[in-house]
Amino acid sequence: MTHHRRVLIADDSDSDRALLRAMLEREGYSVTAVADGAEAVVAFDREQPDIVLLDAMMPGMDGFDAARTIKSRAGTRFVPLIFLTALSAAGDLAHCLEVGGDDFVCKPYNTVILRAKLAAFERMGAMHREVSRSRAHVEQVNAHLVREQAVAKAVYDNVIRPRSLAINNLRHHLSPLAVFNGDVLLATRHAGGGMFVFLGDFTGHGLPAAIGAMPTAEIFYGMAAKGFSLSDIVREINAKLRRILPIGIFCCGSMLEIDFRKGLIHVWHGGLPDAYVYRAADRSVTHIVSRHLPLGVLTPARFDASVQTFEVAPGDRIFMCSDGILEACDAEETMFGAARLDAVLSAGHAPADLFPAVKESVLRFLGGIAPQDDFTMLEATVVDEATLDAPVPLAGVEDDAGADEWKLAYELGGRSLRTFNPLPLLQQVLVVAPGLRQRAGELYTVLSELYSNALDHGVLGLDSALKDSPQGFGRYYALRAERLAELTDARIRFEIEHQPDDDGGELHIRVIDSGTGFPHDDWQQQRAALANERKFCGRGIPLLARLCESLHYQGSGNDVTALYRWRPGG
Amino acid sequence: MAIIREATPEEIRIRVEGRFDFSLHQEFRRAYEDDPPAERYLVDLRDTTHVDSSALGMLLLLRDHAGGDDAQIRIANCNADVRRILTISNFEQLFAIE
Repeated sequence: MTHHRRVLIADDSDSDRALLRAMLEREGYSVTAVADGAEAVVAFDREQPDIVLLDAMMPGMDGFDAARTIKSRAGTRFVPLIFLTALSAAGDLAHCLEVGGDDFVCKPYNTVILRAKLAAFERMGAMHREVSRSRAHVEQVNAHLVREQAVAKAVYDNVIRPRSLAINNLRHHLSPLAVFNGDVLLATRHAGGGMFVFLGDFTGHGLPAAIGAMPTAEIFYGMAAKGFSLSDIVREINAKLRRILPIGIFCCGSMLEIDFRKGLIHVWHGGLPDAYVYRAADRSVTHIVSRHLPLGVLTPARFDASVQTFEVAPGDRIFMCSDGILEACDAEETMFGAARLDAVLSAGHAPADLFPAVKESVLRFLGGIAPQDDFTMLEATVVDEATLDAPVPLAGVEDDAGADEWKLAYELGGRSLRTFNPLPLLQQVLVVAPGLRQRAGELYTVLSELYSNALDHGVLGLDSALKDSPQGFGRYYALRAERLAELTDARIRFEIEHQPDDDGGELHIRVIDSGTGFPHDDWQQQRAALANERKFCGRGIPLLARLCESLHYQGSGNDVTALYRWRPGG
Repeated sequence: MAIIREATPEEIRIRVEGRFDFSLHQEFRRAYEDDPPAERYLVDLRDTTHVDSSALGMLLLLRDHAGGDDAQIRIANCNADVRRILTISNFEQLFAIE
């Protein structure tokens, strides 16, 4: 392709100008010729030549000034500027190049040399244009990718729901690189009123690391709203990640449940560094150690969903972090490490100061290293459930469709009691009645209390008085796991019925277990005494009595019917 | 070469030198993938200074090649740092760690 070649000549000698014009026109250039520097600048702006030949010595604005001006006017365009000069001293010739000239030709002009130099500059020009084209293309592709990434991030945020961390008992720091380093934080209340929190650290880099977080979040929020337990949820997350992630990619994770009413926390902790319980009463620290392989490694058959359980009191704080904190390096490549973290936690800070103290300690250690804040941590405080500012989520149909006259009988027996949690299923049946949907949280609590009474006390024969002694707590849960594992002949039966009436409806829930029952005749008299119990004790009767209109025990005490009445708007 | 491979009739031994991280991905894989699964494997970390989560992933890939749940893989001579990382991840549930 012939490029239309325009050249600008500036020379104050008429004869030199005429000579060059003739030479260049013979080579096929279209020539503009001027006699001084100022005219050269004007002609440059007007004609936009491809090459400029400039006499170094001219009256008025000399060649060097004109050269500087023209070069700056050319901007990013490659316009070779060749000095025409009678000077011969090396210093003078070098000066031509220093002021911005690309080459020089000496007078008297040699056609052969001039032609060769022009050809060389044309090759350079072609190369320059090619590079500019490539760069423009790359910039365009890059801008496209950045836009795509923004869309992907928006979708990611809609699934991960970062705003869900804004519950008033949580404080967190999420690495600003989280989408690209695979850190994720999730939080929600669950159907029973308590709270789940999840901290995950996906292996891998970039987008592949972040992608695994999305199905994890969907499972987390979806199952929490339906009343599934912590074990159910981690089991499902593990199965999903095992299925979709390539071998070698996994998620180090920790899932925490806070049961505010019972003053308990449950933790599934796999692959992350220690988490901590910080006691408000004495500022002591309990370590929660990783007991499991990370999520996505084991097949469902081999996965262990067992949790660790701790008693907590209001004001206690649970602290979790990814290994980004421990591996944060200062300028000498020293890692922050577990020892420094332990030191901050053992320094006796007031509970409210703990989180900022840890953060400040890490940032101070890192000094001016950027990015300073590439770590993820979360603190959850045990509070009075009524003070939480996040609602209990509702799952299921939103409109008025459903059924409000129905009966259900559901019986679980034998080995199914060991591993299957029927509560989410029963909860889904309850919310079929439109009037019950607004009360899903309370109802889940009623179902859950009745079921755990039937299972723990009825079928497994556990005495909750065991939990009152200091070691009794651990013993209770160990015994529960033992007896559950050995369970063969046992049954728990639900009979649930809903009837609408003139203003609202009535829900009857009857639970019969195959255990030996308990002396229930005078529980009504004890009711006043039981009403002051704050801790989980006995069969949760005060709580049930508060939520239900009536509670009726029959048989040997292994047969209970709860009546729950509801009014619209009430 | 950061990966050194030796083989006896019963066991394939892979030694990793320096930092065991993502940069060794191809090399580590080449040490075993062209052979059929061996009866036993030994991953020798005596000269390994540090492992990260990519290294754990590479060990899982080896285990998958070696037969998954039937694989017999020992990980030996870990320094304290490496051992800590393997412990936190509970890898002793999948590998024999010495």
